[in-house]
Amino acid sequence: MATTILPPGAEITLDDLGSGGPPKIAPRPGHVTASGSHAEKSETGVWVAVAAISMFFAAFTSSMIVRQGVTPDWLRFQLPRVMYVSTLVLLGSSLTLELARRRFAGVPGSLGSTTAAAKAIVSKGMYWMYVTGALGLLFVLGQLLAWRSLRAQGLYLATNPSSSFFYVFTVLHAIHLLGGICGAFYVLARLRKTNGVARKSGFGAFSIYWHFMDILWVYLLLLLVLRF
Amino acid sequence: MHDVSAQPAVHQHSAPTGFLRKWVFSLDHKVIGKQYYALALVSVFIGMVLSWLMRLHLAWPAWPIPLLDKLSAVGAPAGVMTPEYYLSLLTMHGTIMVFFVLTNAPFAAFGNYFLPIQIGAEDMAFPRFNMMSFWTTFVAWLLMMAAFFVADGPPISGWTAYAPLSAVGGDAGPGLAMGQNLWAISIAVFCIASLLGALNFISTTLDLRTKGMSLSRMPFCSWAWFITSVIALLAFAVLLPACILLILDRTAGTSFFIPAGLVLSDKLQPHSGGSPLLWQHLFWFFGHPEVYIAILPSIGIVATILPTFARKPLLGPRAVTGSMIAIGFLSYMVWGHHMFVSGMNPFSADIFSVPTLIITIPATILTLLLLGTVYGAKMRFTAAALFCLGFISVFISGGISGFFLAQPSLDTILHATYFVVAHFHFVMAVASIFGVFAGTYYWFPKMTGRMMSEPLGKLHFWLTFLGVYAIFMPMHYLGLAGNVRRYSAFVDDYAIALIPVHKFITIAALLTGAAQLIFLFNLIWSRFRGAIASENPWEATSLEWSTSSPPPFDNFGGRHMVVYNGPNEYGVDGPQDYIMQTSPEKVPVR
Repeated sequence: MATTILPPGAEITLDDLGSGGPPKIAPRPGHVTASGSHAEKSETGVWVAVAAISMFFAAFTSSMIVRQGVTPDWLRFQLPRVMYVSTLVLLGSSLTLELARRRFAGVPGSLGSTTAAAKAIVSKGMYWMYVTGALGLLFVLGQLLAWRSLRAQGLYLATNPSSSFFYVFTVLHAIHLLGGICGAFYVLARLRKTNGVARKSGFGAFSIYWHFMDILWVYLLLLLVLRF
Repeated sequence: MHDVSAQPAVHQHSAPTGFLRKWVFSLDHKVIGKQYYALALVSVFIGMVLSWLMRLHLAWPAWPIPLLDKLSAVGAPAGVMTPEYYLSLLTMHGTIMVFFVLTNAPFAAFGNYFLPIQIGAEDMAFPRFNMMSFWTTFVAWLLMMAAFFVADGPPISGWTAYAPLSAVGGDAGPGLAMGQNLWAISIAVFCIASLLGALNFISTTLDLRTKGMSLSRMPFCSWAWFITSVIALLAFAVLLPACILLILDRTAGTSFFIPAGLVLSDKLQPHSGGSPLLWQHLFWFFGHPEVYIAILPSIGIVATILPTFARKPLLGPRAVTGSMIAIGFLSYMVWGHHMFVSGMNPFSADIFSVPTLIITIPATILTLLLLGTVYGAKMRFTAAALFCLGFISVFISGGISGFFLAQPSLDTILHATYFVVAHFHFVMAVASIFGVFAGTYYWFPKMTGRMMSEPLGKLHFWLTFLGVYAIFMPMHYLGLAGNVRRYSAFVDDYAIALIPVHKFITIAALLTGAAQLIFLFNLIWSRFRGAIASENPWEATSLEWSTSSPPPFDNFGGRHMVVYNGPNEYGVDGPQDYIMQTSPEKVPVR
């Protein structure tokens, strides 16, 4: 039986591949083994997660639109002002994340920070990562204040469909954001292990997720402003 | 030129040595695939016993069923089930079969085991997520099983959990307190598990294909698992919000699905303005794609196995893949056809009817291409091949009744009858299970290193094939005669005349169920006593047949596979009539 396999360490080039037609896909940059590189897998995984989370919130959005239209019992109320401040905080966290990215882009090759200068760059990048996580926590604190403000007005989860959806949207977004903060700590741990090589640390995947959390929140805020 | 293949294989995680890491909390996709298969196997027998209990009661409603009162003294006093307990068993049968069998077996079990191997990868993209998704599924299963043992028993609201019945709580009837809570939480947990699984399947397919494994060279079942994972990702991401809202209605006093002024057991329910139809829209937006989550992997499995035993290439391979994609896409546009009698705007019914009829076009193309592949072939009639042919048969039988049900004017009459029971069991349940049987007979040698008994496999096929027709064909007649479904006993004059048909179906169900014990025996006996399997016992082409049976921990023993051909190279001239995907041999022009 004619089969072709590559033993470990075997050298082949695309020209040596026989007459059965060459492999159609060329290896992509970053592929280390047949199992793909860490960066590509995690980024693909996060993009897929972004699709699922988008669908998740789209289902809640259409539920809200249907529920609001089906019965005239929708109570409009003023959104707590702290939410606008916390929105700015969250947008600020995206900026600090980009500052971190710029620092990591300066780390040479795949070896990481072997020189004192490179170590300083990585250290600054990690500093901005900490700031990003802290701003994320500050946003969640802002949401806690917003929920407290609503409770003070007598608006609980079951008070009215509008308050129900308010809590559902904001709590579920906060849970996703807390997941992102856990991701930030994971990336920081990986950065330490890899001497600051962002590509090997899941930084790219984390930044996609974090920016998506920002965009998702802006969308939810607009929805709440328009519908409440 | 940068050549990554020349680099030594580095597996993402080392081979485990301890029992727990190796067999329980394993990261190996092959072990996880077997775990899913085992869970589906246990579930299918539970689901089958539930159907036996229901069938016995439908045929002989006054007969006490031994030991049933031990399961529920309230639901089956002296062994005779109450109408409510019949609905409880109906709910659990549907839920267990749809979620824990039809989703798990063809997609999660076989997909986990064979997707990485077929594309030349060493494991899934995220092995830890993979392990988590199985154990999360297992937690969901435990929660669902717990519903049998809580005080009020399992819920009576059906596998579709229609609101407001499912949302209002214990005042509405048995099983609607803790039983329904467990159901809703279990399904929410199942959604999370399925989302993790779908994420892994998609990332694996996109990023881990080995050199030469272009999308067009992927085996058809890998294509089917990929398309199914995209469908599952978007479908379960909608069912999860629906379950969250349902749980909130049940436990937090919200009013998403419960309308105002509802009085149950003389109590005015403290809810206002919710929409029961909203639940149906959310549920069926998931529910219809779920039909394809169950059937597409089996279509892919059949499209992979059939050419192997027909010794001919699959007819129109691109059309097969294209049709699967079209079915996946259209599956999101037809959910309203489950709601023609729900009180939805009748104009909406027409809107949903058109894409439902359109979806029959790719389904028909698929069926004709499978039939065309068999036409003129010198078939090797193995048990796997027979189940593939059986799949085509039941898929056609179930699909034809779909033409009628897709039309609102006909569905209005047939919707609440056994005609629908016959339709979805043929096209979704039996067809999908036939794909699982075909896959089991085909891949068992690869998974265990031993062959299954072919004579027992063929006996199993014929008894099952004749049995499912004996069970479900008469249900069309019952439906056309106006026999309503979901009733536990038939006391009206017209229905009493139909009871002999029910008795026939019950006897057929008992015998067909008993025939599955042959399969179970074959599975266990062959695992230990079956003939030793070679690397490629079926002379198939895809990558799993280029490694040992069973495959080593890293699938290819440290080798990187290079792919030169598609999976469809059968019937070629030469010393052997097929060319493997890993063979650099030139494919002759046909």
